[in-house]
Amino acid sequence: MSSHTAHDEHHAHDDHHHGPEPGLMRWVYTTNHKDIGTLYMLFALLMFFVGGALAMGIRAELFQPGIQILEPELFNQFTTMHALIMVFGAVMPAWVGFANWQIPIMIGAPDMALPRMNNWSFWILPFAFTMLGMTFFIPGGAPAAGWTMYPPLVLQGGWNLAFMVFAVHLMGMSSIMGAINVIVTILNMRAPGMTLLRMPLFIWTWLITAFLLIAAMPVLAGAVTMLLTDRFFGTSFFNAAGGGDPVMFQHVFWFFGHPEVYIMILPAFGVVSQIIPTFARKPLFGYESMVYATASIAFLSFIVWAHHMFTVGMPLTGELFFMFTTMLIAVPTGVKVFNWVATMWRGAMTFETPMLFALAFVILFTIGGFSGLMLAIAPVDFQYHDTYFVVAHFHYVLVPGAVFALFAGAYYWLPKWTGHMYDEKLGQWHFWLSTISVNVLFFPQHFLGLAGMPRRIPDYAVQFADWNRISSLGGFAFGLSQLIFVYVVYKAIKGGEKATDRVWEGAHGLEWTLSSPPPYHSFNTPPKVTEAEAHS
Amino acid sequence: MGATTKRRLASAALAIGALAASATARAGYDQLNLPVGVTPISQTAYDLHMLITWICVIIGVAVFGVMFLSIYLHRKSRGVTPAKFHHSTAAEIIWTIIPCVILVGMAYPATKGLIAMEDTSEAEVTIKVTGYQWKWKYEYVEDGITLWSNLDPTSRAAIHGDVSAAENYLLSVDQPLVLPVGKKVRLLITSDDVIHAWWVPQLGMKKDAIPGFVNEMWIRIDDDKAGIYRGQCAELCGKDHGFMPIVVDARAADGYAAWVTERQAAKTAAAPATAGTLAQATAQPTPAARAAF
Ligand SMILES: [Cu+2]
Ligand SMILES: [Cu+2]
Repeated sequence: MSSHTAHDEHHAHDDHHHGPEPGLMRWVYTTNHKDIGTLYMLFALLMFFVGGALAMGIRAELFQPGIQILEPELFNQFTTMHALIMVFGAVMPAWVGFANWQIPIMIGAPDMALPRMNNWSFWILPFAFTMLGMTFFIPGGAPAAGWTMYPPLVLQGGWNLAFMVFAVHLMGMSSIMGAINVIVTILNMRAPGMTLLRMPLFIWTWLITAFLLIAAMPVLAGAVTMLLTDRFFGTSFFNAAGGGDPVMFQHVFWFFGHPEVYIMILPAFGVVSQIIPTFARKPLFGYESMVYATASIAFLSFIVWAHHMFTVGMPLTGELFFMFTTMLIAVPTGVKVFNWVATMWRGAMTFETPMLFALAFVILFTIGGFSGLMLAIAPVDFQYHDTYFVVAHFHYVLVPGAVFALFAGAYYWLPKWTGHMYDEKLGQWHFWLSTISVNVLFFPQHFLGLAGMPRRIPDYAVQFADWNRISSLGGFAFGLSQLIFVYVVYKAIKGGEKATDRVWEGAHGLEWTLSSPPPYHSFNTPPKVTEAEAHS
Repeated sequence: MGATTKRRLASAALAIGALAASATARAGYDQLNLPVGVTPISQTAYDLHMLITWICVIIGVAVFGVMFLSIYLHRKSRGVTPAKFHHSTAAEIIWTIIPCVILVGMAYPATKGLIAMEDTSEAEVTIKVTGYQWKWKYEYVEDGITLWSNLDPTSRAAIHGDVSAAENYLLSVDQPLVLPVGKKVRLLITSDDVIHAWWVPQLGMKKDAIPGFVNEMWIRIDDDKAGIYRGQCAELCGKDHGFMPIVVDARAADGYAAWVTERQAAKTAAAPATAGTLAQATAQPTPAARAAF
């Protein structure tokens, strides 16, 4: 330290101002976990609407048979970009935003452990998505081979492949840095007395998610890099004519891809496990089994990947292995659902917006889980695979699953974040409109898939017309309903009824001991955590 | 929530319900569920599908039933005081073990079905299926017949126009794959460019067509199930992925034999042509077969 006298003086000055940088530069330079969390969430919200706009285009084209709006090339670009933006731009950054805001205030820390890296990991994202979005305006257009990027089709793309690969690299770097930060913070900065098994469930699920990220993202980076060299540098990793294997890509991709779905859903489990006890006014049922179930799901997520590939022609033993392991996931997932229901049982429930979204999550995510179990059965998956049944399945787990949990968490903590109560009436409107429309949107897609409609087609046979029209109407209604959410958030930021520290009558946990909004450096003196407080 | 709000919600729900009901009425039950199909494989798939659907429905009704009961009974507005319990080892063990038992119950028939589906031995007819962007090629290995199968031109013409003008819009081809009923047919599936997938729902299975690799699947159409069966490419394969349908024309033994003889005669008639046009002769449908299927 003594050898850097000049710097020390500068830092000494820094250490004395405890507020944010004035003006817009606050957001560029910020190393504060709450500012970065806010940036992440606003960015995710923006991407949610960009990806949503693409989905509206898709549903408009599918509103009736024949091609009216999107030519097939453009339609494929829309589906591909919709998925990439929603997965990497909306859901994942939204959860990182939650992690940033909540982890320090839930474990009793002043900030995240690695604040500068935190700043960097956020500011990579706008560049990554600008690069990805730019492809709509380059010759050949945006990537159109699906977010799964299967070769050889993806290799027929033009320059967009290079843009997509580098964008994925940037997103991966951002995610890995975010994950490292989460792990280091949780393992090193917990308040005295907060042992691992006293951590709130949201912290547990994020800790496990962070390990999934570190294990999965580099695999994706490797896979897309091989695509890049196959396309531009004459390698043959996935080219059968050159001795490669196109199916190998699918194995590598889904080795990333299945953990990825848990990266999006484990924090949702965490949020719901915070909210249900609060509004049931009763402690979470089976805390430890929740932790072990989460860990088992995370472990299993690495040995089930080829259930996405039952039709590629695997050996029988391979198909059996992946069928059995996939079915096994139903056990820990079931434990979670049963625990949530047992938490409600004999509680004293009220139904504010966060609770409504959490309850809808439990039901609708479970419906997605059921269709997931059906898809695990390889001999029937030969029928379901690559149809709208699959589309319905993963949208159920991601929209009324992950996205509803995000809404639940946003309404739950919005008073803490902004210092103002949100408009409960509008929140309820948002909930009911979203819940009805999301089912009108996605439930008929089960029927379409079973009746034989393949996914990723811009046009369809006339017998699929009715359900597609209904699905599209649901889609437009769902899209419009989300504007209410933006207005509610805007209103809460602007002002409104002052929120108390505890906000909710039944809320427990360190974040509710801080003021609403919390001070700029959350916990300057670490609180003490006792067993009674941790599990009440 | 005010009374007007409730009424508005109710009428919205009614409108959606009515729309859904009318769609169901027009589309019929076959538009809601997996087809039973016409092969042993499709029957197995259907039975497993129904079994698992009902298991899921029963579990769902039980779990959501308890949940709604709790939502009804254990509301603060009823003046209840919350209980304090937060775990029960017995309950947790029970609801870990019961799902395991149910899963084993599912896995047994699934494993049996899967083993039968993957057994392509002792086939009587072998056909090589090759996917191209965006058409299918069928080569009858024993009989030396080659067919190309493209989207029917009337469908193609209707894409930007009036789709009702095309019969079986997007599900008809210029030349169907003709198969015999009652015989075990082995398909050797591959691709010439990108990955496609060959799928006819009524036949119960799909398989990817992968360049550089040959996949196998088998079909035995039930004896009394001669007829036309339609499907589509099921793996995204570029811009015309939605426009490469599959049509199977399943014929009784004598009808199939007559068709084979006719195709072979047509090929022999074209044989004196030069090598260059020979390929064309096999590639083009005969005038008789040109009608859309
Ligand atoms: Cu998976
Ligand atoms: Cu295709």
